Amino acid sequence: MPEEITETPQIKNRLELTTSPHLHNNWSTPRAMWMVGAALLPCTAAALVFFGWTQIFILLTSILCAVGTEALIQKLRKQPGTAGDGSAVLTGWLLALTLPPGFSLVSTGIGAVVAVGIGKHIFGGLGYNIFNPALVGRAFLQAAFPVAMTTWESPNFVDTVTSATPLGALKFDAVTSSLAPMFFGNTGGSLGETSALALLAGGIFLIAIGIVNWRIPAAMTIGALVFGTPVWLMNVQQYPSPVYHLLGGGFLLGALFMATDWVSSPVTNRGMWIFGLGISLIVVVIRVFGGLPEGMMYAILIMNAFVPMIDRFTRPRVFGAVA
Amino acid sequence: MGKKTFASGGVHPPEFKELTEQLALEVMPIPARIAVPLSQCLGKPAKTLVKKGSEVKTGTLIAEADGIISAPVHSPVTGNVTGIGREHSGNGALQDVVLIRPSDRQEKDFFQPIEPAGASTEELLERIRLAGIVGQGGAAFPTYVKLSPPEEKKIDSLIINACECEPYLTRDYRLMLDRTSDLLSGTRIIMKILNLRKGYIGIEDNKPEAVRKLLQSTESDKDIEIISLKTKYPQGGEKMLIKAVLNREVPQGKLPMDVGAVVQNTGTAVAVHDAVIKGEPAITAALTVSGKGIRNPRNLIVPVGTSVKDVIDFCGGIHETATRIIVGGPMMGTTQHSVKSPVVKATSGILVLTEEEIPRGRETACLKCGRCVSVCALNLLPTRLARLSRLGRFEEAEKLHITTCMECGTCAYECPAHIPLVQWMRLGKRAVLRMQRNRN
Repeated sequence: MPEEITETPQIKNRLELTTSPHLHNNWSTPRAMWMVGAALLPCTAAALVFFGWTQIFILLTSILCAVGTEALIQKLRKQPGTAGDGSAVLTGWLLALTLPPGFSLVSTGIGAVVAVGIGKHIFGGLGYNIFNPALVGRAFLQAAFPVAMTTWESPNFVDTVTSATPLGALKFDAVTSSLAPMFFGNTGGSLGETSALALLAGGIFLIAIGIVNWRIPAAMTIGALVFGTPVWLMNVQQYPSPVYHLLGGGFLLGALFMATDWVSSPVTNRGMWIFGLGISLIVVVIRVFGGLPEGMMYAILIMNAFVPMIDRFTRPRVFGAVA
Repeated sequence: MGKKTFASGGVHPPEFKELTEQLALEVMPIPARIAVPLSQCLGKPAKTLVKKGSEVKTGTLIAEADGIISAPVHSPVTGNVTGIGREHSGNGALQDVVLIRPSDRQEKDFFQPIEPAGASTEELLERIRLAGIVGQGGAAFPTYVKLSPPEEKKIDSLIINACECEPYLTRDYRLMLDRTSDLLSGTRIIMKILNLRKGYIGIEDNKPEAVRKLLQSTESDKDIEIISLKTKYPQGGEKMLIKAVLNREVPQGKLPMDVGAVVQNTGTAVAVHDAVIKGEPAITAALTVSGKGIRNPRNLIVPVGTSVKDVIDFCGGIHETATRIIVGGPMMGTTQHSVKSPVVKATSGILVLTEEEIPRGRETACLKCGRCVSVCALNLLPTRLARLSRLGRFEEAEKLHITTCMECGTCAYECPAHIPLVQWMRLGKRAVLRMQRNRN
């Protein structure tokens, strides 16, 4: 307990007793979460530009339902509220970015409730979830509303009513999309995934300020090239090229914002490499050989399940330990 | 090629050295009351030789070493012993102190100076032992023990630790600038004792002035090599410094001498010089008084046994915004519950920090971001160890090498969830050590 200092007249405060260290780098959980939010602004803006401003309602519905679910569960469990730390906002936000443009608001809300309720709080809340909560919500919607989840509105600057995603067009119609619209975002796909440019802007910002560990996106990129190239060379007409893998579907959204979620990714540096390479391998396998054109969500969720094991087997050699 | 540093991990906390780095060391006047602790080294407390009423001079032996890992204590002032009291030490434990009331006339009772060139190794080593010199790096291990390794340990390198990687502290920096030749002289004495032709001084490159001055002073004789290291906390950790300078890794549970190295702090080398050349025992501490809460930050030479309060008063007192008083550096130092604790031989700093210097954050759940893992210089898994420690699963913590932790604070400095990781590490280490003792 602090003791009042009486001997020295100029000391009016109580002395604080704490343990070292007495300095901190000033980062906090909420600050990190809001930085991720800031990094999501470019791709969110891209979504509104390419798919229309009304898509904002999907975002708002998702975020409100996510935060509401968190608040309700914490109230029921008599836990202190953590809505202010921004993590539920992010879960809702990320979920919305993985949904098709024009997706039903009711379904969106259901997805957000599942994401926070089952994806996060069933496991014990923030820090304890095994799977990425936003992707749990999306997986539920994919299972519950398979048709709606794969019906794609055309972006604003293309003259068709509905369009396939570049990966879908290649898989089902053997039509290869050109890479420029895939890079800028003027193509079919989920709200937040189409503009590689916007995703890279946000992702590089997060890497620069040290929130995203560069190893996971690096491993995933290398993995897409290493696993994608030989498969592509087997049949360059039918299979996506490595660059197509990188720019198509949710690859960048996944690599920069989903796989890098702190809680559900490994803590060791070597583990991050294994985790990233594993995701890429699964994505390539699903996209090329699976029944679905896209496999980012499943790839990340599957690798999430391996994280405790990866962490265990990639413990760094302790300084001075005899191997 | 980049500058040398240790291999993995490390952080760059703000340095705050600008508060005191331009201020030369000043000698603080003798205070009205001196309380000399009998326990000033990592080892047994010294046995007192004086009682109430004894008259002592500056340098008079007042307590003798008790066994091998123990250091004698000398009176830092001339005066009368007014009794043996109890006082809280800087780390909070109650300990015996010799209370001395200084008199107006100060007289020296030093050893005979020794001319190192003509002296034997034994003679020099004996002087260091009798002068009560202890390591200035924090652990306060008796210096002569470190300088007398067993026959079978072949020592090939002496490294003077001039990293001073703790923020705020500038006393080693000032010793390098203000007492350059004494530092080199002390280093050469230690080299002679260890029978070495070559010694290294490892300095971080955030102290270019000191590097320049030492390079100038060693230009003619190349027996001491000045190594400018890439600044990174916790480079001043003994094991980190050996890795940085010699690229050798001290195995777990072993000592630097097992890889042929001896590390001595800058302050220790200067103390060795004083003891041999001037015959002065270890009766003062060079320390930095800093932080935004102190009115006049300073680098001081303070008589051992001076209270923290007297030092603070000499520096103009504290601002009302002060919230923590720390003995040591901000990364590893101890907060004080009382300002009566006495300065000891190994005290390196007294910091008065204000609210604005101590970023506060609410503790949240661990988000497994892995920052603590990637910054740990020893490659430990702080978040995992803290959790095991919290759950009382000490056997598992032992297997994950919790006792290797040096409590440098790097992990907690980085943790965005503000988890008191070092605190849990300490608790776990203590429990594991107790477990190991019971096993034997």
